[in-house]
Amino acid sequence: MIIAEWKPLPELVEKLKGHTNVLVAGCATCVAECAAGGEREVETLAPLLQMALKKEGRTITVRTRTVERQCEWEFVEELAELVPHVDAIVSIACGIGIQAVAERFPDLAVYPGVNTTALAIRQEPGMWIARCAACGDCVLGETFGLCPVARCAKSLSNGPCGGTRKEGKCEVDENLDCVWFQIYERAKARGKVDQLLKVRKPKNWSNSRHGGPKRVVREDLRP
Amino acid sequence: MMKAGTRLEKTLRAGHFALTVEVGPPRGPNPEDVLRKAKLLKDIADGYNVTDNQTAVVRMSSIAGAVILQGAGCEPIMQMTCRDRNRIALQSDLLGAWALGMRNCLCISGDHQKASASGKLKGDPGAKNVFDVDSMQLISILKDMRDAGVLASGDPISQPTPFFIGAAWTPFAPPEEFRVLRLAKKIEAGADFIQTQAVFDMKRFATAVAAAEKMGLTDKAAILAGIIVPKSARMLEYMNANVPGVEVPESLIKRMAAAKDQRQEGYKITVELIQAAQKIPGVKGVHLQAIESEEVLPEIIKAAGLLPRPQV
Repeated sequence: MIIAEWKPLPELVEKLKGHTNVLVAGCATCVAECAAGGEREVETLAPLLQMALKKEGRTITVRTRTVERQCEWEFVEELAELVPHVDAIVSIACGIGIQAVAERFPDLAVYPGVNTTALAIRQEPGMWIARCAACGDCVLGETFGLCPVARCAKSLSNGPCGGTRKEGKCEVDENLDCVWFQIYERAKARGKVDQLLKVRKPKNWSNSRHGGPKRVVREDLRP
Repeated sequence: MMKAGTRLEKTLRAGHFALTVEVGPPRGPNPEDVLRKAKLLKDIADGYNVTDNQTAVVRMSSIAGAVILQGAGCEPIMQMTCRDRNRIALQSDLLGAWALGMRNCLCISGDHQKASASGKLKGDPGAKNVFDVDSMQLISILKDMRDAGVLASGDPISQPTPFFIGAAWTPFAPPEEFRVLRLAKKIEAGADFIQTQAVFDMKRFATAVAAAEKMGLTDKAAILAGIIVPKSARMLEYMNANVPGVEVPESLIKRMAAAKDQRQEGYKITVELIQAAQKIPGVKGVHLQAIESEEVLPEIIKAAGLLPRPQV
């Protein structure tokens, strides 16, 4: 799923200067799963914003609405009925949802209430870890189902750097597993360490953002 | 046949026990800072490693530092990391460095930018890293530019760029049994010489080198044992706990702590480590680092009986 994290409240309060009617818009899909932008977070953020603004002597009316998916136009449409009553929207969906809202309601100020940070999975309750970097050149078939692009701090292709800590942790964060340590362990368990011995050539990054912003066209699905 | 004809290559080829030292470029633009170190260290080593923004802290570029050292009569080993440059910039810098007379290059992945904020330095933990290619791939690129006269793209260059290609080896980092296999990959990719992460336990290192020798690696590339001059028991404790891949035996820390003059004891330990490395079959030299205190190196190297350096 797409992972997002709340922006600091003071940053939002600053952005909302001059606004009096605000809609906090959530999304019930990815950001709800990562407890950043679902209905529960929308209903938590709204009063927090109101209180923070009140402290500064500003009163605003805050409306709330959480749609099923802010990244699909038909669900974004559900916000239309509230738009005439507000002068700004704080969206706490991912960057895709925020842009969909901004595109559908271009006359309105739309502010991100979150930072979108990763494509991740819930590893344990309350903990999410990145899994995919959308690199456009998937190597999972060669790395025993563990992604070194997203999960190695240096996106290395040919094994662990010299920075692996004792117990197989990453040099940049003692709480983070070294994914190349894990890849090696999995290869060993399967008796296939020899698959890691080939020198892998430089990756082709052009099928991702590095080839220019992504545009996918499927002629078979075009009208 | 000589690959680049550098002093380091000739020294190794002639069968001498090679000695390289590390020279960190200054955090500033003054060439005098490099020249001062060159004057201090001239003629005591066969190669002088010039680090590439080590620990991700902004310093004078390794190419510039290397060129200044060369001008002062110290043959540089230019270090190149994959952290800050994509394949276009790396290859462009390699062409430029070669044009400026650089012939030794050590290829490494590079410390993560998160490491740059430490001590009193704010560093650049908010920087974007590159890692377009990794150290293994950078080695291949240098090999292809030298042996085939082509770039990573396959496009030809007007003439080959013969570099003597170096790589790093951290034999004790987990997963330890994979480290020698990764060394084999680097040598297959094209590494001519290897400088290791700092070793404080030469017995353990000898076991790692024996594994490399068994795979025929010590004949294909020259392994230089990395040695850091210890300054105090606290430094040893710190490295043991915090520097990945560096293992300091408890007995060595105790010996240092018990010493009356820890600095002198550190020099003594360094000399002993050098002499122990000389006895390991398959080890072709040592790479000495005296972090931020290069002035101690001449005395240590002399005490180890490695002066004068062979003329090749």
